[in-house]
Amino acid sequence: MGQSVIQQILSRHSDQKPVVGDIIWMNIDLRTARDFGGPNVVENLEHYFENNKKVDDISKTYFTFDTVAPAKNIGYADNQHKCRMFAWKEGIKIFDVDQGIGTHIMLEKGYVGPGYTAVGTDSHYNILGAICAFGQGMGDQDIALAFRAGRVWYEVPPSMLVSIKGKPRELFSAKDLTLKVLGRLGAKGALGRCIEYKGEPVDKLDLPGRITLASMATEMGAISSFIIPDEGVLEFCKKRMGKLPSFIPEMEENVDYIEKIEIDINDCIPQISRPNHPEDVVSIDEAAGAKIHSVFIGSCTNGRFEDFEAAARLLEKHKVEQSVMCRLVPSTREVYGQLLESGLLRKFYEAGAIISNPGCGGCASGQIGMTGTGEVQISTSNRNFKGKQGNGLTYLASPLIAAACAIKGEIVDYKTLLNMM
Amino acid sequence: MKPSILKGKVWILRDSNNKMINNIDTDMIFHNKYLHITNINEMGQYALDNLEGWTDFSKKAEPGDILVVGENFGAGSSRQQAVDCFISLGIQALIGESFGAIYKRNTINAGLPLIESPHIGGMEGDKLKMESGNEVEIDLLNGTILNKTTGKSYKANPLPEVVYEIYQNGGVFEYAKKF
Repeated sequence: MGQSVIQQILSRHSDQKPVVGDIIWMNIDLRTARDFGGPNVVENLEHYFENNKKVDDISKTYFTFDTVAPAKNIGYADNQHKCRMFAWKEGIKIFDVDQGIGTHIMLEKGYVGPGYTAVGTDSHYNILGAICAFGQGMGDQDIALAFRAGRVWYEVPPSMLVSIKGKPRELFSAKDLTLKVLGRLGAKGALGRCIEYKGEPVDKLDLPGRITLASMATEMGAISSFIIPDEGVLEFCKKRMGKLPSFIPEMEENVDYIEKIEIDINDCIPQISRPNHPEDVVSIDEAAGAKIHSVFIGSCTNGRFEDFEAAARLLEKHKVEQSVMCRLVPSTREVYGQLLESGLLRKFYEAGAIISNPGCGGCASGQIGMTGTGEVQISTSNRNFKGKQGNGLTYLASPLIAAACAIKGEIVDYKTLLNMM
Repeated sequence: MKPSILKGKVWILRDSNNKMINNIDTDMIFHNKYLHITNINEMGQYALDNLEGWTDFSKKAEPGDILVVGENFGAGSSRQQAVDCFISLGIQALIGESFGAIYKRNTINAGLPLIESPHIGGMEGDKLKMESGNEVEIDLLNGTILNKTTGKSYKANPLPEVVYEIYQNGGVFEYAKKF
């Protein structure tokens, strides 16, 4: 019997055998806390380990401030500074409010590689499945334990196989594939499981595309999802890490998957998720015509340089509709620099967009504005739950679709989109 | 060493029709109006005070009692008080058909033994013929639950090694001090 990817990773991070359903100790290679949850981690460590060593290994431990960056209210200012003072005292490195989204920074810095285990206080930590690392968001007690002991206990989850096949129509992006999978699985389709992806459309994804797909495992109910690295991903990791880890997970034969699902994307056109339920996914033609008042391009799901390049395909030749607020937030300072050097920043400026400093942007409470009652927003993020980004309604789509809607002031149909290119 | 065999009388969370109450969320266990409370000694009095039929639980429960719950107990928010309020009352263990994912982590982290076993408290398939007030004995290491009142016994899953280790240490933070 073969091992699932999560079992392959766990068997190298535990003395115990990773039998599905068993609870075992998992050694954690990378431990982080952000400005959300981080202050509670600090309180736990200060309270329970008053006169003890508080951090197992500072070379594997970081703070990242991305939720509300810089702090726009006193609560977040206090919380961030509580973390800073603790970090200075303990000698822990901080990626402060200028640096961007924590998980993306960990990838860029090469602090995490294929086969690694990583935990933090971000519910989209499983984004690391993009390089076939195990990442999971956890509560402040668990993260405090990870900081202190370098391990957490873990119930070995079952795995499911999601095979993708077919050739979609032009302009069908990684986000459209992600939404298609989400629409098929629903909000609980992968509850408590790990997903393993396979199939040509997945193999062809570049790293930013893999980040997009992995980032929405949470919305499918999954613990994590894994995409086996290709040459491009391995090259990225090697460059960032200095050298590749000795173990890279593979898809083994005869794995006891709890479920196998095949999704055919043949002839599919770009997709959109309708307000309040991420899994309520339709083709853009089915939602076309709806008035759009505001746009957010960014987030851990679609905040890479390549995502902005996709948006620029339209925003370099069309202007944002006068009545639309179009907000762009690079995921990290590195991406911000790439936008600057490539000249995209200037193009976005000339198109009429609002450009913000790196961070979680539209997903964090009001960092770049919230929606008012009656306002309709299109966002490239991963969640559109009622009330999360204000009293208005939020659609989810790819950067290209979001840009097209910013230009037209409404959700475009596929034919219009092709004509705009 | 903490005992590996727990003895106590059970409270079974059934409704007025004697059916197990499923999907009890953390607001029913420890309502959000008490979230400001951080002293564990003050938490017990509010345990289950928002669950119909059980609002006086804190007055009835005695240290050493064991709580038997249905499916998806502790659904909802991550508040630790929803576990700590039972510890505050001296509840020795939870036996349940299933637990909310976060609640399960919080319970184990707090060092409160949790036995998960399908149909354990339900009327159908309840091999122990349990009623509230029965005296029960749980062997955490082999998973045997004995209803001393009826003489019936049932083999549930033993406490996983890791969970037993955390329980023996009195919670995950006490455990972590060894590192």
